[in-house]
Amino acid sequence: MIFRSKHMTTATILIGIVAIAALTGCKKKAIDPFPASGAVSGWEKTGETRIYDAKNLYQYIDGDAEQYISAGVVTTSTADYKYQGTLEAVVDVHTMSAPGGAQKIFDTSRANDAKVAPLGDAGIAFAQSVIFRKGPYLVRIVAYESTPATPQALLILAHGVEAKL
Amino acid sequence: MKDRREFLKTALTGAVLLGTQSKLSLADVPTKSTNTGHQDQYTHRIEPGKSRVVIARDPALHGSSGQLDEKRVLDLLDRAIASYTGRDKPTDAWKHILPQGGPDKVIGLKTNGLGGKGISSHAMLAFAIAERLQWAGIKPGNIIIWDRNARDLEACGFTINTDPSRVRCFGSDVSGYEEDGVAFGAAVNVKLSKILTRQCDMVVGLPILKDHSMSGVTFAMKNMYGVVQRPNELHGGGCNPFVADLNCIPAVREKVRFTIGDAMTSVYDGGPGFHPERLWQPNALIIGEDRVALDTTAWQLLERKRAEAGLPTLEAAGRPPRYIATAADPNHKLGFNKPEHINLVEI
Repeated sequence: MIFRSKHMTTATILIGIVAIAALTGCKKKAIDPFPASGAVSGWEKTGETRIYDAKNLYQYIDGDAEQYISAGVVTTSTADYKYQGTLEAVVDVHTMSAPGGAQKIFDTSRANDAKVAPLGDAGIAFAQSVIFRKGPYLVRIVAYESTPATPQALLILAHGVEAKL
Repeated sequence: MKDRREFLKTALTGAVLLGTQSKLSLADVPTKSTNTGHQDQYTHRIEPGKSRVVIARDPALHGSSGQLDEKRVLDLLDRAIASYTGRDKPTDAWKHILPQGGPDKVIGLKTNGLGGKGISSHAMLAFAIAERLQWAGIKPGNIIIWDRNARDLEACGFTINTDPSRVRCFGSDVSGYEEDGVAFGAAVNVKLSKILTRQCDMVVGLPILKDHSMSGVTFAMKNMYGVVQRPNELHGGGCNPFVADLNCIPAVREKVRFTIGDAMTSVYDGGPGFHPERLWQPNALIIGEDRVALDTTAWQLLERKRAEAGLPTLEAAGRPPRYIATAADPNHKLGFNKPEHINLVEI
């Protein structure tokens, strides 16, 4: 009887876990990848986060959307930032259905003039942009101006985003 | 002489009515060609069977700070238009481009802000054109700077304005799209912006020259993807034949009569989005009426830059802009794509 009771308890717990998972849609915990203003030194978030799914991604990046869709994009979130009140940048976080999708897009971004950046599973940096992947996430941060401070400022922001993924 | 920045500000708020507002007369504009079908709506063919394309350059267009020089942009525009029309005075030159009907005609300037802030049609160019249109007699409120939506326009640096006493600026998100779809070839159920169909008598395209991950090149014809409600449905097959088909839809074909292509800044790889690592400053305007000839010329420029950068041709990269040849074929007859039919003038 005791043996049977333990089985019942275990089964009840398992059913409970499954039920909770079902009620939450078995979804991963929603992540807000965007550091708040001041959370990353010098960086201020200057606008609302905009979120696109595969169906309406074209509204944001039009023709570019196709390559993300074929790589399994689930959502793309984007937000604007400003560094020390002057340098403007945009952060795009593409959430793919699997890490392979993030890697696929990341690999197309590689170039001879890119520097390796110590970010996520793999990262590269240019004078005005940083791209990295971490699990199913593909992050691209682009500055609208090239200044001596831009590369380092972007790296700092990228680390801030990475920490939230 | 009023400070130029101040002038633009007042002109755009309608406080200044410029020039020869009531004198718009196109009596001396050459009549429509009645030729064989290719580019039969064009009025400025210098040589029969050829389309004129002007590339105007100014190596000093970007100042030492990397910002565009406002006066130089206006000068470049004037030089380009003068060369194209053969008329030195901007007012005369513009009168030869504009439709008949005077100041009551509504002229749309279709920009491209899709690429975001870093790689969108420059507001400075649109303002310069708006100024010259007013010199040519167009009422400020009859000039509409437009694109898909507020986001795209703001990316270019515009502020939304629907006040008809000033140069207007708004997107199709304000005007809405036609409920009934139209079609040509493979482009079916295309719902056009009401700005194009109901408001504008003529549209001047202001595309920005870019590499494109699917179509290879985006310039004059591809800019028309911004006049439809669901452009994503037109991207299959490298956008071929969709770009050509879309441009054959009557409202697009007939109203978009001139292009002032922004090649002041361009992205030669990784487009159509903003990739600063692949940014390039051709410091040029590419203008003309024949959208096929314009795209052919733009494609050649892009290929030259890609070769310089050690990149493969667009063909080798798997995305040749095949829609250009399609647009020139007998089923579309949108213009010329063969060099022998393009009178390219570089100034």
